[in-house]
Amino acid sequence: MAVVIIGGGQGGFQTAASLRAEGYEEHITLIGDEPGVPYQRPPLSKGFLLGKQEQRHAELRPAAFYETQRITLVTARATAIDREARRVKLASGEQIEYDTLVLATGARNRMLPHEDVFYLRTLGEATEIRQRLSAAQDVVVIGGGFIGLEVAAAARTLGKQVTVIEGQERLMARVVAPVVSEYFRNQHEAKGVDVLLNATLYRIGDKEVLLGERTRRPADLVIAGIGVVPNVELAREAGLPVGNGITVNEYLQTPDQRIFAIGDCAECPSIFAEACVRLESVQNAVDQAACVAKAIVGHRAPYTAVPWFWTDQYDIHLQMAGLPAGFDQVVTRGDPQTRKFSVFYFRGGRLCAVDSVNRPADHLAARKLIGARTTLSPDQAKDESFDLKSAV
Amino acid sequence: MPKITYISDAGVSRTIDVPAGDTVMEGAVQNNVDGIVAECGGNCQCATCHVYVEEKFLPLLDPIGEDQDAMLDTTASPRKSNSRLGCQIHVKAELDGLVVHTPPTQQ
Repeated sequence: MAVVIIGGGQGGFQTAASLRAEGYEEHITLIGDEPGVPYQRPPLSKGFLLGKQEQRHAELRPAAFYETQRITLVTARATAIDREARRVKLASGEQIEYDTLVLATGARNRMLPHEDVFYLRTLGEATEIRQRLSAAQDVVVIGGGFIGLEVAAAARTLGKQVTVIEGQERLMARVVAPVVSEYFRNQHEAKGVDVLLNATLYRIGDKEVLLGERTRRPADLVIAGIGVVPNVELAREAGLPVGNGITVNEYLQTPDQRIFAIGDCAECPSIFAEACVRLESVQNAVDQAACVAKAIVGHRAPYTAVPWFWTDQYDIHLQMAGLPAGFDQVVTRGDPQTRKFSVFYFRGGRLCAVDSVNRPADHLAARKLIGARTTLSPDQAKDESFDLKSAV
Repeated sequence: MPKITYISDAGVSRTIDVPAGDTVMEGAVQNNVDGIVAECGGNCQCATCHVYVEEKFLPLLDPIGEDQDAMLDTTASPRKSNSRLGCQIHVKAELDGLVVHTPPTQQ
């Protein structure tokens, strides 16, 4: 008996750790293509860039953990899966046999067709950006999503002149309601960030970027955060179905019963959405890993965890629960002017998501409310005298 | 370096040198101390680094912030007046000798 996990990120690490916590006694091999022990990515675009956190703080566990837990770490790139022989092939030519295979291959950054652009996903990339930031004066960030805005906030906090270039008409448009986008644009602008919306990069010149013919901004460091592409190639080449991610059922299992897929690379049915979803978050990776570990030791249950996310920019803490896709009504609890408010999203009259700005109690209540399929009404949500917890 | 003592629910005690500036959670995780899960990695998002702080050290700790307060309401083991999240206790010289007890369960 042996479990092989491909992918040494948060999901891969958690699968191995949870298997041992569940009492799994057989071989566990964790294959990752980055040097060193598995680490967490969220700090890389926040405290790490600011120099508040170092590599050892990002590492999920010290090397000794893997020895005592008998988890074999293999630093290599997996190149193929032979499902007949139940083997994973590595770039070195080595082959590793499995009884159960967990694909936690993650995602990679979407790239721009320009040179001299930096991207942030790995510890190596974050280290390089941190070094270059110290020498830079004018920083241009392409992409007004979580990563782009976190990088912008860090660069601005370090005293750099910062421009954010976003193609959509508002920030974080894919994930939050207009009222939240507007709040974050105001906050970045108040800090002195130049936020350009409906803008597209045209060319990167010598110490400047050009947006169309007339608009240009000084730039000695250009960083892009424009989304990711799931790493599905291994699965596809092994004949497994792939949509917007490796397709799995509610048990996170591919049609090959011996193969699971979790985290950023996997697309699964969600009781919180009307379609299959592929989520990019720590919570999703960790909870799916725990779900698969339980299934491997014989406690199979559908994956039903409430999705949640967070981003930190300056001293603003945005926490999101649920999935707002398809929402048709939004109400706000609290006043954005007070820097503390929550936005409740409803779909067909039912609460589907809540974004909380510096209101952690609302966020935690929201996780419970959404999980319990609450009947909380929009009027109750916006009434601050109404106790949210009473609606669970 | 300040010494922090972690005592498990089963009574197993481990004393670790934790660099000032690191958190009680980091000291545990980096030294393989059982009983601290730290699922979210120290972001005050998961309440799985819950500890009970020995009473005499409580006055030396920073006040409980709003994030931590909300999170402590969701711990898997009961919240007590000396409950704290290990990721929110930053080790400093005055905390040398700090003793924390890990709860029976974190999840």
